Amino acid sequence: MAAKILIVEDEPHIVEAVRFLFQREGWECTVEADGALAVDTVSSSDPDLIILDHMLPNKSGIDIVKELRQRESSRDVPILMLTAKGQARDRQMAQLAGVSSFMTKPFANGELVEEARHLLADKA
Amino acid sequence: MISVELIIGATLLYSLLLFFVAYLAERRVRRGHAGFLRSPVIYTLSLSVYCTAWTFYGAVGSAARNGLEYIAIYLGPTLVFVGWWWFLRRLVRTGRRERLTSIADLLSSRYGKSTSLGVIVSLIALFGATPYIALQLQSLTLSLSVFSQASLPHNIGQTAALADGGQVWGQTTAFLLAIGLATFTIMFGTRNLHASERHEGVVTAIAIEALVKLASLVTVGVAVCYWILTSPVDLTPALDQLAQNTNLFDQRWITLTFLSGFAIICLPRMFQVIVVENRDDKQLSMASWAFPGYLFLMSLFVLPIALFGLSTLPASANPDLFVLSVPLSQGQTGMAAFAFLGGFSSATSMVIMAALALSTMISNNIVLPLWLKLSGSGPAASYDLRRVTLTSRRISIIVILLFGYLYFRASGGSGALAAIGLIAFLGVSQALPALVGGLLWQGATKAGALSGVITGFTIWAYASFLPSFEGQFILSASILDSGLFGLNWLRPTALFGSEIQDPLVHATFWSLGLNSLVFVLVSVFSRPTALEQFQAYIFTSPRVDSQYKRAYLQPSSEHELLAVSQRILGREEASALFRAAAQKQGITSGLPKLTSDLIEELERQFSSVVGAATAHALFAQMTTDGYISVSELVALADESAQVRAYSAELEEKSIALETAANKLREANMQLLHLGQQRDNFLSQVSHELRTPMASIRSFAEILREAQTDTARGGTQNSAEQTSHFASIIHDESMRLTRLLDNILEISFLESGQARLDVQFVALPQLLSRAELALNSLISEHGAIIDLELHTEDQLVETDADRLLQVLINLISNAIKHNDKTVPHILISTNVIDVGAHPKLVIHVQDNGPGIASEQREKIFEKFATVTPTNSKTGVGLGLAISAQMMVNLHGKLHLRDSGSGSLFEIIVPLSWPADEPS
Repeated sequence: MAAKILIVEDEPHIVEAVRFLFQREGWECTVEADGALAVDTVSSSDPDLIILDHMLPNKSGIDIVKELRQRESSRDVPILMLTAKGQARDRQMAQLAGVSSFMTKPFANGELVEEARHLLADKA
Repeated sequence: MISVELIIGATLLYSLLLFFVAYLAERRVRRGHAGFLRSPVIYTLSLSVYCTAWTFYGAVGSAARNGLEYIAIYLGPTLVFVGWWWFLRRLVRTGRRERLTSIADLLSSRYGKSTSLGVIVSLIALFGATPYIALQLQSLTLSLSVFSQASLPHNIGQTAALADGGQVWGQTTAFLLAIGLATFTIMFGTRNLHASERHEGVVTAIAIEALVKLASLVTVGVAVCYWILTSPVDLTPALDQLAQNTNLFDQRWITLTFLSGFAIICLPRMFQVIVVENRDDKQLSMASWAFPGYLFLMSLFVLPIALFGLSTLPASANPDLFVLSVPLSQGQTGMAAFAFLGGFSSATSMVIMAALALSTMISNNIVLPLWLKLSGSGPAASYDLRRVTLTSRRISIIVILLFGYLYFRASGGSGALAAIGLIAFLGVSQALPALVGGLLWQGATKAGALSGVITGFTIWAYASFLPSFEGQFILSASILDSGLFGLNWLRPTALFGSEIQDPLVHATFWSLGLNSLVFVLVSVFSRPTALEQFQAYIFTSPRVDSQYKRAYLQPSSEHELLAVSQRILGREEASALFRAAAQKQGITSGLPKLTSDLIEELERQFSSVVGAATAHALFAQMTTDGYISVSELVALADESAQVRAYSAELEEKSIALETAANKLREANMQLLHLGQQRDNFLSQVSHELRTPMASIRSFAEILREAQTDTARGGTQNSAEQTSHFASIIHDESMRLTRLLDNILEISFLESGQARLDVQFVALPQLLSRAELALNSLISEHGAIIDLELHTEDQLVETDADRLLQVLINLISNAIKHNDKTVPHILISTNVIDVGAHPKLVIHVQDNGPGIASEQREKIFEKFATVTPTNSKTGVGLGLAISAQMMVNLHGKLHLRDSGSGSLFEIIVPLSWPADEPS
């Protein structure tokens, strides 16, 4: 069964790049661009991995992580935060909120795919 | 016949009695049974120190020589006590309230606690009293010699010329007398320093002496009257002689009346008994009638004795001794001895009181200030001020009596007694203008008092005191004859060419006249210090409200103050005073708080011991910064006018400083804020740059991989896909470029380095240029733009390109962030007149989602996270640039409240500000 990955990202070109890379690996991708809808989308799509941006319209990535971690259903879902805010402080806040992994934009395609594979393997 | 030894024996016994009385009186006071000793009777009797040996013996002598002239000596004081009773009462009350210790103390205190005035008045008193004391010694030795020679009947009364041996004997007697008087005065006058400078022992002894004086004189007088009536003595020649010599109401007589009236106030010993020893008004009200009565009795029998003496005794007999020689000639040796005791009483009471008063003056006004200055140490230094004061007073007493004795020796018993007494009267009267003026005239100043007193004193010395030596002392006979430097108008006895015959009247006229004139004139034209003004107020106001005498003290110096008080007032007295004060304040144990009342009381107590000026100096020394008495406050008030002006200046400066500080603080805050903004800006910029770079890198990697994969014969991306990825890279690169352009632009605008190209532009032209630029965007979104121009041909003087850029930014935002299918934008223009500078207003209103009111302030920040609802892209730097642009154009960009959608308002001045470079 193919792994299901939710990409929460509002930049269409980045979504396109990530989806291209993941589909090439044979993973199923769902996209959500609105921060406010992200948590519901997680509930409905029940992904194996979430790729999450920080700067999102209407709700920040950190808030989404916190909400997800409070829910029974999404407590253990691996979350990879992929953000342009790469300062140490941002990384700390993300880890405190409960992300599984943290990567900054711009990213190396290989590294992103490798990290995603890693998180999917851990979950399994 | 009575032997001299017997007389001396009786005198010694009498003296012992006086010592005993004084001792008993002091003991009673110490045991708290002062009652009777402080009665008005004792007080009144003590005033009799006015009647010295000079009046006791000399009045008869004067009557024999000059007829009724002697009446003036009694009339003056009587007039003062009857007519000037109100002044005496004020003087006495002031003295009690201010704890004055002497007339020098009064003047020093009244005129701003002046040390110099105290010194000068003390010196005058010393000068005036020295011959007076000598006079007493002389009269005592003379009177005693009457008895020594009375053993030879034919010599009765012939004492005017003593043999050489007799002179030596007289000097020895005088010396022994001086020693005895000094001992008595020191024993009872300086036994201890009572907080109140009152001497019940001395006063009681003097009251006894007053009774002896009066009784002896009345006895002799009554006897003489009896003899006149019972013996066939013809008084007619003597009466004729007397009538001839009598010049009632002539210049001299009036002068004498005035002088003796002045003297009763100014004589140091009179001030001592009238003011210093006074306890209450009752004493004075009795004295006001009883003392004139006493004087009347003293003068009653002067005339009969003189007449009888002149008629029965040889012409060579000294009339100054009639009081003794008349009873002796009648064989009444016992009565003569009694009369001698009367004379002795008169002399000793005067000397004792004078020495007491003078020693207080000298120690308080000369020695102590000098000592305090020379010792240089504050009162905190370890010395006992009481001991210093007592010692200086005791030494003063000895010195005063020594002076008297030396003067007696130098003058060799020459001159009529009355003459010396009158010179002394005139000397001390020099303090009168300053004294009377000081109590009645608030305008009297220290400069006036000082110059008046010095003037009067100088003229007195030159015209009266020194000429009394008849060319033997300082003033030579030639100066007496032809004036100083040979100037006729400076002749001591005819100053300024005046034709006054009598030297006393002459000296009185000039010395007191010029004294008063100078005093008044200088007072009027000199400016008193604030302390002087304050003291003037205290002394000239009959009732001084205590609230004017508040003092302020730094707390925490109670212990120091107690220590100092103990040194000045005595250990027990000071402790008692502090205990009482503590009780009054409701403090059961420990020291009282330093209230203004306590301080006030302490300063008064101090001044009663060491004088006002010294007490003041002590307090000032003790609490250099903490203690401010009201008087000092007043002194401060003088400076405070200047200080106030200065402080106003300071206040201005401090306000300016505060403003500056506030500005700095604001600037600092702004800097901090700017710093934070810059940090935020950089982090925002980095974020904004990273997003397109992420796409670029990612697709670039994908394309590169595809090529290597193709080379390895792997999967191949379609040509369409490759071209799509490449166009994404291109778009994101363009986005990056725009971003960098914007960042550069806003940096330029913010730093004010942006070049502006100011010119006149017509508004319609500007708007059509905007439409042209936005043409593709408008048609892409199918937007409708309406114009409402209320300013058809309005020219605006500004940088047209910049203004256009703002317009384009606003319109494109309105189209891009619009959620309606047909974006509708309304542009309206208007001109408003704000003062002298009309402004162009442009509104850009859309029918989009609008911006929530709580986010309106943030909208113009760089990379504001605020995004219009539903918008997928942030506003970036556009609005921040536009807002900054409008600032650079001296205009504004607002977001206005509108019903729906957004309403941006551009305000720009119609004409470019003249003083601004374009």
